[in-house]
Amino acid sequence: MSVLDSDRATPARTAPEPGGAGHRTGRGRPRTRGRAGGAGGTLHGGKLTYAVLFLVTAIALFPLFWTAVAASRNNTRLAEMPPPFWFGGNLFKNLGIAWTDANMGLALLNTTIVAGSIAAGTVLFGTIAGFAFAKLRFRFRNLLLMLTIGTMMVPPQLSVVPLFMAIAELEWTNQLQAVILPTFVSAFGVFFMRQYLLEALPTELIEAARVDGASSLRIVWHVVFPAARPAMAVLGMLTFVMAWNDFFWPIIALTQQNPTVQVALTGLGRGYIPDQSVIMAGALLGTLPLLLILTVFGKQIVGGIMQGAVKG
Amino acid sequence: MTNTGSPVSAPPVKQGGAAPRHKHVSSREDRRRERRSRWYQRDVRWSPYGFVAPFFLFFGAFSLFPLLYTGWASLHKVSLTAPTDMEWAGLHNFTRLLEDDFFWNALRNTFSIGIISTVPQLLIALGLAHLLNYKLRGATFYRVAMLAPYATSVAAATLVFVVLFGRDYGMINWFLGFVGLDPVNWHEGMTSHFAISAIVIWRWTGYNTLIYLAAMQAVPKDLYESAALDGASRWQQFVHVTIPALRPTILFTVVVSTIGATQLFGEPLLFNPGGGANGGPAHQYQTLGLYLYEQGWVNLHLGRASAIAWMMFLILVLIALVNWLISRGMQKRELGRKTARRRS
Repeated sequence: MSVLDSDRATPARTAPEPGGAGHRTGRGRPRTRGRAGGAGGTLHGGKLTYAVLFLVTAIALFPLFWTAVAASRNNTRLAEMPPPFWFGGNLFKNLGIAWTDANMGLALLNTTIVAGSIAAGTVLFGTIAGFAFAKLRFRFRNLLLMLTIGTMMVPPQLSVVPLFMAIAELEWTNQLQAVILPTFVSAFGVFFMRQYLLEALPTELIEAARVDGASSLRIVWHVVFPAARPAMAVLGMLTFVMAWNDFFWPIIALTQQNPTVQVALTGLGRGYIPDQSVIMAGALLGTLPLLLILTVFGKQIVGGIMQGAVKG
Repeated sequence: MTNTGSPVSAPPVKQGGAAPRHKHVSSREDRRRERRSRWYQRDVRWSPYGFVAPFFLFFGAFSLFPLLYTGWASLHKVSLTAPTDMEWAGLHNFTRLLEDDFFWNALRNTFSIGIISTVPQLLIALGLAHLLNYKLRGATFYRVAMLAPYATSVAAATLVFVVLFGRDYGMINWFLGFVGLDPVNWHEGMTSHFAISAIVIWRWTGYNTLIYLAAMQAVPKDLYESAALDGASRWQQFVHVTIPALRPTILFTVVVSTIGATQLFGEPLLFNPGGGANGGPAHQYQTLGLYLYEQGWVNLHLGRASAIAWMMFLILVLIALVNWLISRGMQKRELGRKTARRRS
């Protein structure tokens, strides 16, 4: 304790804040059944609730389903009324054309590299910086944190011109580092990890490690990373989705010769290939990986968004 | 938690490093201990900077510096073909912008699409969150399914919606015909704003629903219980307990959605059949983001593009300010009403 708080000792800091994550999840589970408690998570949904939710789910999923339907048809069938509601026989043919002619194969590989690198960078640097902001004391800490949070909401449009000048100067146009480096770390990542570690990492644990003579790097490796792992996974998935779908900067920095998925889809939309069913096949190919991730890790992603919401 | 850490392995830091009283110590054991403790103090003092350094290195180079440099570039004439040749232009880019009809057109379109997409989206999200807050079978399924549009990229979603909104063979016009209405040309004037807003609403409603749901679950149960005891109906509970408790969250989503709406770019770009940046032949759905792109990367005026970027930023700051004022006013009114009720 002595060293960590040598300048300004505030023992209250070490006590986890009341109403933290533990409380909240406990609250989610209803303690009373039936009508006794009023609204707010304790009442069972009625038939109408289910009907509305079913309708909303259908609206959310229908365009995706229909993308697959249209991708399995051909251009002539899509120019007829009524539009098709069920699958035809051209799915694999169209996927193949999109894969090669629209460059979706290369685009998927590129996007996996880009989104994977960005997710790794955001999680790694977000975690150690978030740890420092949550648990260590240093000069300018609050100022730096304010700066980070303050710029979280600045739109990307405000930096494209200088970034474009930079990559033109470095001759990085059409190279993947041009889209990886500008979003390699994110203010959101730092803030997200800070909020999590504030509650999830007991300060006593760090002090105990210090007393044992562990260096700061060892503490990060053996204490912080294990404690942060759930949040790191969620942040990684959220960042991966965001990076996969990033649009504005990639279409400026890259061309059809070396595209990400969004760049290739833009090429399709601009009439690169005029066949509607192939365009739909491209859209399907570009979306499937994320839908797969959502199917497998949906619960965690939902939890992450909700967690970030309450604290943000 | 006590304050009695082991002073042996971690002596309190004395300013100035090695203390002079240690000078006479000559045993190797002590020297090593001293060296180690000095190293330890340095580690404790400097490692925080090391931990935030990688982040700020990237953040400064790719976020902060470009942000400011955009302001500098906006005062110059810069061509896309020779981006490093900057010619001082003063405020010319800004004055020119204010005289440009296309700028005001883009601003109007951005506001129009922004309002048509944000308001229904947040209202629907609020209602859906209320429904999801009931005890449901398959609750996780509904939450994940609502996120599927969020996982769909702007490009993929827009390409699909362009086909769905097709004038002659689109599903939506077919449906309108099915229920006996006339087909709509979804690329004309204001109707195009509705079509583009539909894409935005489809993609973001689920996400906002989850944010509201999280906030609703954090509302203390006893508030509802006492309201129920006072005889408040479920609707009254929603209006008088849930909404006030959610006010910070609602403000947060309004700000975030507004920022998103101001930047709207991919939807109007790809909604145009040719993928041109003009936002339709009459610029009828050209947004500010699209106008910036057109000025910079079609007309090759990077200086003007920078000026548009700063105008967008200015608009955002104004909107944030107005939001804040409104929410503060609402809070004051609420407080006033409460005290008035208590007095009566």
